[in-house]
Amino acid sequence: MSATGIGQSVRRVEDFRFLTGSGQYVADINRAAQCHAVFVRSPHAHAAIKKIDTDKAAKAPGVLGIFTGKQLAADKIGPLICGWMIHSKDGSPMKAGSHPALALDKVRYVGDHVAVVVAETLNQAHDAAELVHVDYDVLNAVVDVATAQQPGKAQIHEQAPHNTVYEWHLGDKAAVDAAFAKASHVTKLEIANNRLIPNAIEPRAAIGEYDRGSGGYTLYTTSQNPHVARLVLSAFNGIAPENKLRVIAPDVGGAFGSKIFIYAEELVCLWATRKVGRPVKWVADRSEAFLADAHGRDHLTVAEAAMDETGKILAVRVKTKANLGAYLSTFSSSVPTYLYAPLLSGQYDIAAIYCEVDAVYTNTAPVDAYRGAGRPEATFVIERLVEVAARQLGRDPAEFRMHNFISSFPHQTPVIMAYDVGDYAGCMKRALELADYGDFPKRKAFSKKSGKLRGIGFSAYIEACGIAPSKAVGSLGAGVGLWESAEVRVNPVGTVEVLTGSHSHGQGHETTFAQLVSQRLGIPLEQISIVHGDTDKVQMGMGSYGSRSGAVGMTAVDKALDKVVAKAKKVAARCMEVADDGVDFREGVFFGAGTNKSMAWGEVALAAYVAHKFDTAEIEPGLKEGAFYDPKNFTFPAGVHIAEVEIDPETGVTRIDRWIAVDDFGTVINPMIVEGQVHGGIAQGVGQAMLERTVYDSEGQLITGSYMDYCMPRASDLPSFVVDMTSTPCPSNPLGIKGCGEAGAIASPPALINAITDALGHEDIAMPATPQAVWRAVKASHHKHAAE
Amino acid sequence: MTRLALTVNGKPQTAEVEPRLLLVEFLRENLRLTGTHVGCDTSQCGACLVHVNGRAIKSCTALAVSCEGANVTTIEGVAPEGQLHPMQEAFRENHALQCGFCTPGMIMAAIDIVARKGNRLDEAVIREELEGNLCRCTGYHNIVKAVAAGAAAMAARRIAAE
Repeated sequence: MSATGIGQSVRRVEDFRFLTGSGQYVADINRAAQCHAVFVRSPHAHAAIKKIDTDKAAKAPGVLGIFTGKQLAADKIGPLICGWMIHSKDGSPMKAGSHPALALDKVRYVGDHVAVVVAETLNQAHDAAELVHVDYDVLNAVVDVATAQQPGKAQIHEQAPHNTVYEWHLGDKAAVDAAFAKASHVTKLEIANNRLIPNAIEPRAAIGEYDRGSGGYTLYTTSQNPHVARLVLSAFNGIAPENKLRVIAPDVGGAFGSKIFIYAEELVCLWATRKVGRPVKWVADRSEAFLADAHGRDHLTVAEAAMDETGKILAVRVKTKANLGAYLSTFSSSVPTYLYAPLLSGQYDIAAIYCEVDAVYTNTAPVDAYRGAGRPEATFVIERLVEVAARQLGRDPAEFRMHNFISSFPHQTPVIMAYDVGDYAGCMKRALELADYGDFPKRKAFSKKSGKLRGIGFSAYIEACGIAPSKAVGSLGAGVGLWESAEVRVNPVGTVEVLTGSHSHGQGHETTFAQLVSQRLGIPLEQISIVHGDTDKVQMGMGSYGSRSGAVGMTAVDKALDKVVAKAKKVAARCMEVADDGVDFREGVFFGAGTNKSMAWGEVALAAYVAHKFDTAEIEPGLKEGAFYDPKNFTFPAGVHIAEVEIDPETGVTRIDRWIAVDDFGTVINPMIVEGQVHGGIAQGVGQAMLERTVYDSEGQLITGSYMDYCMPRASDLPSFVVDMTSTPCPSNPLGIKGCGEAGAIASPPALINAITDALGHEDIAMPATPQAVWRAVKASHHKHAAE
Repeated sequence: MTRLALTVNGKPQTAEVEPRLLLVEFLRENLRLTGTHVGCDTSQCGACLVHVNGRAIKSCTALAVSCEGANVTTIEGVAPEGQLHPMQEAFRENHALQCGFCTPGMIMAAIDIVARKGNRLDEAVIREELEGNLCRCTGYHNIVKAVAAGAAAMAARRIAAE
């Protein structure tokens, strides 16, 4: 194994520029003659627009243009789209209201886009935006997801009666009902999966630039998938045909799903640049990010599990209300459906599962994918159910899980997924060992002596990554294929450029993708460049989300490398005058079979371009190959996380004493980077479970609209983590990769809530379990004990 | 407009600026030192941290004109061109950065922690001292390790230099 190949914790290639402040994020880019955009946003959650008066603002110093939805519509710029069609149980298509980039007749959430002011300087744009007068007729707001569908509630979109987008279901209801009828024990929980705001530390930004000479547009944007942005902005919004639209997503400062979507601001900057004849730049401030980035989660669920007398889970029944906010964001409809219910089998052999999901509109920001996207919600449901069932049945929660684990593969669940491989008991056993589970009672007794409550919680999660194959996701309603592309360009001196449709916004692709190339071609990392994030360089790609870059993106690179190596061998064969199949390629050297001849990688690359030693009618000159890879199946990373907490009953403060993560990601390219992904995911999950809550008041005003109000995890809120791995390589891709980006955020919330409820001795606490909530729950358990 | 004279990363700078111009805007737009980032508007995230006269401040909350005559150091000025400061090196070695957006502020905070708390830093102290800096990628695990390692490396370098 080479020092830079697969499996090595290679230090990151991209770090030097980030460490020295030389990264190039969108906000760092200034274009010649650029001007600045500021959006006029709705202060109301729900209101009819009677009049927008821009006269005074238009006369303010430096103003170049003020635009509203009417002008966008007049230019036939299409509304923002939702790219996944969901059908209700009655077969009818989802009921989607129009999503104009700038509001037309109504505003539907606080922060909704009403107008844009473009001015010479940012301060001038801000000052003029203050002068835009909008006359609103304020309407009743629908904020509460639980009651949004009730008669008499305000109607947010006329296309969606009762604010209902769809009433969807999955699974065999009759089989589930039959299983519940014969169950010896039923566990039932009501669960609120709290609404989160993604909060990548880099706020979103966009620069639109129109070139009169070529008629071409360029968009610099904070995107996880610049090609998808180009496709949507061209084909659906009609800004410009694809060959006249270049989308560049340079360094992107974290995303977590929130930068997948095609937002109003980037569309408007791109359109407005032609209107004013200058590049138009917009950078969100944090307050705008809170208001108008797509939020995550926000489910209300009733979940039940039926067990037989041995504690075997017979069936699971789930009814969820999912809040999609005021408009359907780009992939929002898929999150509480196909990214959610198919994961409800968890790691368990469950014969029957039935899930119903009502998706509703409310007068809140759009809700879409956030790290894990549906899978954290499903995992929270199943891992809380299993934990509580074990407690109710007097079983050890680890033993109870192992009793129900799937142990033979492949395994077809009753909810679409065909798990390919795994070793769930292996992960659990390793995690128990690392957590020193046997000594937990001693630790609990020790805590008790000092007046503290100690608890331990488990989460045996599964996720589905590398969402695929394209044909299958198409049959589920996806508007796109979910393959990935790659091109490997070998230069005449043997250096290599890899163009990938994956996008790195913290994951370290410039390192891990280069490790694959280094391993395959036997050349050092310095001779390899990974190119991504620019539609003029990379022909096409689907971007990075759903932990797909390794399993799908790198496999595309691997396929292209297969072709490159095959051709290089042919060239080498002619040069060494051996048969085409008489070349062996090992660690960067081509050996001629039956001869003492050999050629280095660089020599063969040069020979391919010089083209003196072979017949170019038979072998084309040059060395450049591309590949599109469509996965055969989802991948199924799985693992066990164990959280152990100590609660101070006097203050309600929960201290995380230890965190054990044992994950099976299949093949790991760079353990250092993978562990980092796990750390970050756990932190976001801890944030959800203990700190983060998005609060709208009854009129739809966002109460948690800044870092003063929305509690982000800080260093002092978290412990150091113990991260370990097992490996059952994924059989559906040649590299054996499963994906690791979301696992931590999926696994951690139930582990922590299971630990806190174990310490409390009752189940009555919701996320986030803040010190105040825990303190109240401690008091409630005292009352309970007193009453008993 | 007000005349401003100060030193940034060892170089004297003068400019005519609006009194309302923030230090971070002056650094990013006037001097094009874009390593100092803006991640929030409430002085919470720390992405804009710089050193003014040797003390860490959030440059989003200081007016440029309040730095008249001051000595300002940004991430671009902590090490000679092409080299890494021991704290930068420790962040690289410990994989204490992912997207890189909070990283300049984290490193400026870490160097300041060492200046105030010394070179032997335990985990609890580091976690407490990092309260003014948000990272959404790393879960802080590797940042904490890097700050401890960087602090020790800064001491080793000082000893070597003596």
